[in-house]
Amino acid sequence: MIALSHYLIVGAILFGISLAGIFLNRRSLIILLMCIELMLLAVNLNFIAFSHYLGDQAGQVFVFFILTVAAAEAAIGLAILVVLFRNRRTINVDELDTLKG
Amino acid sequence: MGVEAIFFYIFAAVLIGAAGMVVTVRNPVHAALFLIMAFFASAALWLMLEAEFLAITLVLVYVGAVMVLFLFVVMMLDINLAMLRAGFVRYLPLGLLVAVGVVLLMVGAVGPEHFGLDRIADPAPVPEEYSNTLELGRVLYTVYVYPFEIAAVILLVAIVAAIALTLRRRPDSKYQEVGDQVSVRREDRVRLVSMPTEERK
Repeated sequence: MIALSHYLIVGAILFGISLAGIFLNRRSLIILLMCIELMLLAVNLNFIAFSHYLGDQAGQVFVFFILTVAAAEAAIGLAILVVLFRNRRTINVDELDTLKG
Repeated sequence: MGVEAIFFYIFAAVLIGAAGMVVTVRNPVHAALFLIMAFFASAALWLMLEAEFLAITLVLVYVGAVMVLFLFVVMMLDINLAMLRAGFVRYLPLGLLVAVGVVLLMVGAVGPEHFGLDRIADPAPVPEEYSNTLELGRVLYTVYVYPFEIAAVILLVAIVAAIALTLRRRPDSKYQEVGDQVSVRREDRVRLVSMPTEERK
């Protein structure tokens, strides 16, 4: 039988991998957005595991809203990325230093 | 080890392996494809947790829409691959240190001694006529109806924001003025000329 802790540990490892990804890929905005999606996936896995083992539907409703907000975030983030690339011809985080003065 | 446990370990291994490839692979297109693989493995895990509606929603919405958008943007932008990975080795020790620390902390908090089978037992399997979609909809449209409407507003704002950000006015492009076309009157276009009839030569 699979315990709740199995799913929670998978979620924790997934969160750790995406956290490491944010450190490793701090140049590329696209990979950073993908790492954020992975983090949200880890959180959703925790919500659904708790919802199943505690027999409460509220966790699944919460995952529904997280999916909605994550989709909106991805759409706006990619739109900002496209505008950024159109104006600066780069998405390298190190070169986006206009506000530095 | 039962069949269920074997499937759990297979899907968990695929999920973690794909996530590892997302953060380490060089090409952003490959990263997006590995992210799709991670979403599929995650949907399989959600199916094992009897969250059928959300598992199918994850595949439809994420693999079908969000990841296609990601791939579209990655392929549309002309990205210098060599420069993106310049700091990879430099930040590797720090990233690994932080990630391993966070994972160890979280595993210590959610490990088997707190959430094992002896603490929280595996729930009984649901009866055959149980519908996850029905149960989810029942609470979504009653208890959580206001959050549901706020979610709809958030999606609307996202649509407006994405279009407003990327819309580009081109002053030199030619287009039809539909309002002018519709409001034109007969007198503006047709001129009646009165002239005498002429003999054919």
